[in-house]
Amino acid sequence: MTLHEKIIAIIAEQAVLDVSDVTMDSTVESLGLDSLGLVEAIFAIEEAFDVSIPFNANDPAQSGFDMSSVGAIITAVEGLLAQKAA
Amino acid sequence: MRRVVITGAGTINALAHDVPSTWAAMQAGRCGIAPLDIPDVDRLSVRIGGQVRGWDASAHLDRAVIASSDRFAQFALVAAQQAMAQSALVVGDGLDCGVILGTAGGGLQTSDDSYRAVYAEGKTRVHPLTVPRLMQNAGASHVSMAHGIRGPVFTVSTACASSNHAMGLAFQMVRSGAVRAVLTGGSEAMLCFGGIKAWEGLRVMSANACRPFSRTRDGMVQGEGAAVFVFEERESALARGADILAEVAGFAMTSDAGDLVAPSVDGAARAMRGALLDAGLAPGDVDYINAHGTATAANDRTEAAAIAQVFGASPPPVSATKAMHGHLIGGTGAVELLACLLALREGVIAPTIGFEQPDSDCALDVVPNLARSAKVDVALSNAFAFGGLNAVLALRRAT
Repeated sequence: MTLHEKIIAIIAEQAVLDVSDVTMDSTVESLGLDSLGLVEAIFAIEEAFDVSIPFNANDPAQSGFDMSSVGAIITAVEGLLAQKAA
Repeated sequence: MRRVVITGAGTINALAHDVPSTWAAMQAGRCGIAPLDIPDVDRLSVRIGGQVRGWDASAHLDRAVIASSDRFAQFALVAAQQAMAQSALVVGDGLDCGVILGTAGGGLQTSDDSYRAVYAEGKTRVHPLTVPRLMQNAGASHVSMAHGIRGPVFTVSTACASSNHAMGLAFQMVRSGAVRAVLTGGSEAMLCFGGIKAWEGLRVMSANACRPFSRTRDGMVQGEGAAVFVFEERESALARGADILAEVAGFAMTSDAGDLVAPSVDGAARAMRGALLDAGLAPGDVDYINAHGTATAANDRTEAAAIAQVFGASPPPVSATKAMHGHLIGGTGAVELLACLLALREGVIAPTIGFEQPDSDCALDVVPNLARSAKVDVALSNAFAFGGLNAVLALRRAT
């Protein structure tokens, strides 16, 4: 499974959707993920890739982690992995 | 129906180790939140809290009691000692007195230490008193033994509403005539590695400060400690010449039956309305509300909407003292009742400190940063818990 597929699978599971319903353009809202679902998805991504995602549910915009779309989340995780490797 | 009054109060919290000093700190708007001093703090992302500083159990409790008690029970014991000293309640054979305390975590420190010993350190043995130290009712049981109280003694555990539920039940039991007096309130000692780590998981904690109702708020900050009160039947308190700190006038509890963590406007509003109805008061009678005010985005917005629903366009001043002492979880309502007593008895409304910018979603007079003098005849104290449980107390100035 590629990184893309893995993240999409995690998000799809939390949103109770088929992986085919989750696209790069999908937003958290369009997938129907509530704040708790989002927190669980972030935790699952952290566990899967052994990274720490800076996310505060009180102020997601200030978390410094772009969660505007699935594509943005994938890019951000790639960034964290690159930082970790460096 | 019997009336219920408060004749004694005691506390230990991040601001101070007794009631007069806590009141002085609240009046001064002092902040008890500071960098945490606990093992493994470097593996936490949240490193601040309202920790009790300079705690010396041996200054208050004897060796056998210390050996058999968790920090949360020790806090309860010391707060109860102070409350009993102030009240001078005569317990007698203790059959018509009770102890009802709130706690969410119970002996969490004991659990944390014991798990560390067996899992992390590979030990095969734990302390023989691990179970009696960690049980949720340990605080209430220790207090009953210390004061010879032999009537109803139990613990209420409803997360962040534990203390308000405990005090509400104490009020109802005295009012109904089931008992003459109850030592009630709550305690918590959750500032251990596991206790904080669990909260971190929810992603609702602030790494910086607790700023209730401020637009810049970014989450809650935990605290620890206890507050315990003597709730007593009014006629017997008057007959023995007790100093009456305030009257407990009403109580209501509601459940959202909705979301496990997201708060509800309706559930909170029904609890406030219910407490007023129980007390025979109208919204316009209320001069001060001690808010639940956790400084999470969701709680403060929801609580403000609930207050607007109950009190209309001009609600009374509202303050959230968690910015000073932190969120004591199961003990929080008890410490916050002290702010209500300060308002009712001393005419001082404790401020919401750390307030930076108004939030249009929280259009309240939050008594920002500076305490205020006001004549307060009636106060409400709100507590809203995870699990969708709401508990509100109404208090009246002693007359």
